[in-house]
Amino acid sequence: MRPTSNEVMIDIQNLKKAFGDHVVLKDISMQVNKGSVVAMIGPSGSGKSTLLRCINLLTVPEQGSIRVGQQQFSFGSGNKASKPLKDRELAKFRTNTGMVFQHFNLFPHMTALENVMEGMLTVLRTPKAEARAYALELLQKVGLTDRADIYPQRLSGGQKQRVAIARALAMRPSVMLFDEATSALDPELVGEVLNVIRSLAAEGMTMILVTHEIAFAREVADQVIFMRDGVVVEAGAPSVVIDNPQQAATQAFLTRFNG
Amino acid sequence: MYQWDFAALWQFRSLIAVGFGYTLAFTIACVLLGLLLGLLVGLGRLSSNPFISAPLRGYVELFRCTPVLVQLVWFYYALPVLAGIEMSAGTAALVALTLYGGAFYSEIIRGGIVSIDIGQTEAGSALGMTRLQLMRRVILPQAFKRMTPPLVSQSIMQLKNTSLLSVLAVPDLLYQGQIIAHETYRPLEIYTLVAVMYFLILLPATIWAKRLETRLNQQQGA
Repeated sequence: MRPTSNEVMIDIQNLKKAFGDHVVLKDISMQVNKGSVVAMIGPSGSGKSTLLRCINLLTVPEQGSIRVGQQQFSFGSGNKASKPLKDRELAKFRTNTGMVFQHFNLFPHMTALENVMEGMLTVLRTPKAEARAYALELLQKVGLTDRADIYPQRLSGGQKQRVAIARALAMRPSVMLFDEATSALDPELVGEVLNVIRSLAAEGMTMILVTHEIAFAREVADQVIFMRDGVVVEAGAPSVVIDNPQQAATQAFLTRFNG
Repeated sequence: MYQWDFAALWQFRSLIAVGFGYTLAFTIACVLLGLLLGLLVGLGRLSSNPFISAPLRGYVELFRCTPVLVQLVWFYYALPVLAGIEMSAGTAALVALTLYGGAFYSEIIRGGIVSIDIGQTEAGSALGMTRLQLMRRVILPQAFKRMTPPLVSQSIMQLKNTSLLSVLAVPDLLYQGQIIAHETYRPLEIYTLVAVMYFLILLPATIWAKRLETRLNQQQGA
């Protein structure tokens, strides 16, 4: 197993989120160490995607606090931060994390290379030549050098998702978030995306994966979190949570995967 | 059998030229001002602040749900009485047609923006873009592609609507035609000529619009 540091990269305290009357996250606290890989598993509607989206504030929680690296946001009544968040503060916070979506969400009016360069040019104000060089380096890393000038429409699902990973990496984030990154892919294309994630893990990137790939979670994650109904039911090493779950809910969920 | 005599119109060529010039100038002015207004209103209606979006919605519905001819006449006759604002026929016509066109343009622009998948907004936000950057770099470039065909057809409507200017005695193509008809007692010839002139401006415009649409559809983004 990779050595992970004791430095806490992500610190989430007492997070609560509801959509109307429907409470999606009930008092979630968790910490992720720098360099570790966390897999979040659980049935759909368990709140795992919402929790992931709270980490880069695509979803804004009602209560609790979130710290990523040096930046922190607190939410809740009586707190100054409960005012509507400022556009610029949010944007700055989000540059710290890279996110990969289930449906890729590449920019269709830009080539693969332009997609990867976009964040560097617009947000980081990187000079064009430099942005281009780094974008090409990242495309090489995900094995798509020869697709640089192709528009997303002409890429396969697996290629699109690899471009999306390169696009997120271009911001040099301290954390990468994967929201069911392989769920929309044809089975034969899943492997090429998992390979990229695997190599990122080997480089020591801090990552949180929401995934249904239980076998992959067992292989690549240091920590597995099983969620159901907005709470963390069980958390720990994959050898415990996946291979030897203590809670009945976890056991019931996993039986469906192991047949 | 009616004896057509287009030659009788030749002596009025300068009147027709003036009318043609007014029609084109009003169309260009109303389209440009209307587009500018439509962009501002379309973006404003997307504001989460109801004090901005609600009055704009009121404006759009008011101008979409009343006939443009009524608006023209109202701005020329009623506004001076109510507000004490005297306007020349040309100014009243320009204001009314701009407001009318702006209402329709704003709906096209707003519709184009909201039709862009929410995933695009999320992807841009996740990269750390501000709302303005997101609009400029991600949403508008995609939305404009979808908006172009309806914006062009609305602009063609704007040109046709300028024929209503004749009601306020603005010397556009149709108004000049009416004058010539009175002079010559040759209404068939002159109105045929007027119709042909509108057609000759608009046919190339619609063909161009169709080509543009096809080209946009063929592009990568579609």
